[in-house]
Amino acid sequence: MNAPVDPKKLIKGGLHDWEVVIGMEIHAQVTSRAKLFSGASTSFGGEPNDHVSLVDAAMPGMLPVINQECVAQAVRTGLGLKAQINLRSVFDRKNYFYPDLPQGYQISQYKDPIVGEGEVLVDMLDGTSFTVGIERLHLEQDAGKSLHDQDPTRSYVDLNRSGVALMEIVSRPDLRSSDEAKAYVTKLRTILRYLGTCDGDMEKGSLRADVNVSVRRPGEPLGTRCEIKNVNSIRFIGQSIETEARRQIAILEDGGTIDQETRLFDPGKGETRSMRSKEEAHDYRYFPDPDLLPLEFDQAFVDSLAEGLPELPDAKKARFVRDYGLSTYDAGVLVAERASADYYEAVAKGRDGKAAANWVINELFGRLNKEGLGIEQTPVSADQLGAIVDLIGEGVISGKIAKDLFEIVWSEGGDPRAVVESRGMKQVTDTGAIEAAVDEIIAKNPDKVAQAKEKPTLLGWFVGQTMKATGGKANPAAVNALLKAKLGIE
Amino acid sequence: MSVDEKTVRRIAHLARIAVTDEEVGPLGAELNDILAFVEQLGTVDVSGVEPMTSVLPMAMKKREDAVTEGGRAIDVVANAPETEDHYFLVPKVVE
Repeated sequence: MNAPVDPKKLIKGGLHDWEVVIGMEIHAQVTSRAKLFSGASTSFGGEPNDHVSLVDAAMPGMLPVINQECVAQAVRTGLGLKAQINLRSVFDRKNYFYPDLPQGYQISQYKDPIVGEGEVLVDMLDGTSFTVGIERLHLEQDAGKSLHDQDPTRSYVDLNRSGVALMEIVSRPDLRSSDEAKAYVTKLRTILRYLGTCDGDMEKGSLRADVNVSVRRPGEPLGTRCEIKNVNSIRFIGQSIETEARRQIAILEDGGTIDQETRLFDPGKGETRSMRSKEEAHDYRYFPDPDLLPLEFDQAFVDSLAEGLPELPDAKKARFVRDYGLSTYDAGVLVAERASADYYEAVAKGRDGKAAANWVINELFGRLNKEGLGIEQTPVSADQLGAIVDLIGEGVISGKIAKDLFEIVWSEGGDPRAVVESRGMKQVTDTGAIEAAVDEIIAKNPDKVAQAKEKPTLLGWFVGQTMKATGGKANPAAVNALLKAKLGIE
Repeated sequence: MSVDEKTVRRIAHLARIAVTDEEVGPLGAELNDILAFVEQLGTVDVSGVEPMTSVLPMAMKKREDAVTEGGRAIDVVANAPETEDHYFLVPKVVE
């Protein structure tokens, strides 16, 4: 909380420098087949009200029965956040009225959540990292969806999402800039995706953030905060924080005070505005849901889930640095997605780890980004890329030819070794052939040969000519050595 | 603990119950009677007793993660005053 203030993170106001303090509540949709308390499907989309049981529609007399996989997913997530797992937790009713909430209350957890305090290690682009405290994680129901643009006087309500399990993950106010906030959500999303407990698809609303923002002069107590609701992309999280912090600074420097309130971020206008309708709704009158017994499980259940956890990004990154000799930056890039890390390991296995990383990050990721593809859609398999790396390592092709080979495999497929054979892409290492080419060039350019004795940098020109004469297939090291000997350059 | 008129109006509003001015007074009296009745529990010494939310000495039933319901949108909206294409229609609500 009161770590030394980094002047670089401060926001310059008209009068003073200001520190922004951010805490976040992330709503992550639990990956499960059925809903939290009913057997209706969680799959995205669907015909209106088709994925709805009579429990989700809050028909009288219907009782909720908890989905044990949702419980397991929450525990897995808690373990991934190095958090305390509460063997006993309680579901409460959070009461409010809205048309897409047919029960008139959301089943949530208030005083006794399933997961307590934990932490997330966040990596910044500059290679530094910091820890964000997790206050709690609790399970709750999602609401339905209202469409307001179908009719001038009516809202359309679809309950397909109603009752889908969400994890609300509450951070401590440990974030001090929009960049830190974005990096935190990015890291949290990576962890959830590794765990397989949330798909992290922000476009489909699987991950949404409520962002609490306040500002203060450095060293002063926390200022009054405003909560920006339901921000649904990492870019908008950054923009909404910048916008809101500047709004608050302008008010304070003008001698005003901040009203604690709920606000909405409007990406189109680039502003936040007050959600007045929600202000009086803050009296949720929580009480334990009498339809549900306390949620209890034993340590053996937690231990069995812990045993089944995959290697998480921090551990994987450390292992990549240690076992493959990668830089922390490259390792960080590779572990950002589990599929990327798996791909890399398939390429690196039994090969030079750094060369494999260069090819995966620079060539493959570069090309995938250019085409707007994910690692799952790569046309070049790990085996194919591995073969290309092998061919370079064995001296069969040069690095330059390898890029051409990569292009061919990308667009036409095929076994890289066979392609090299059939297209005659092999590097010429036969010194006789290279020597013939070198001799010819030297014979044709006596003036340059004379100059080269005075000006050794001309060697580059000779190398270029030789490569051209051999169709780029001459082994560069052999060309260099031969030319140096023949031209008498040290 | 007792409730005043302002509290009665607030509770009624939170519960979305329309209460007329004439009803506020008698309702407040009724609520105070109920609260006074419940207050008797305060005379019991519960120090050291863990709060409980259920009297059932059993573990909560859990379900398997399987899709067993759905596909009955017609039934779901059957009682709604207004529907269209299996959507519920409600008076417009806009943030």
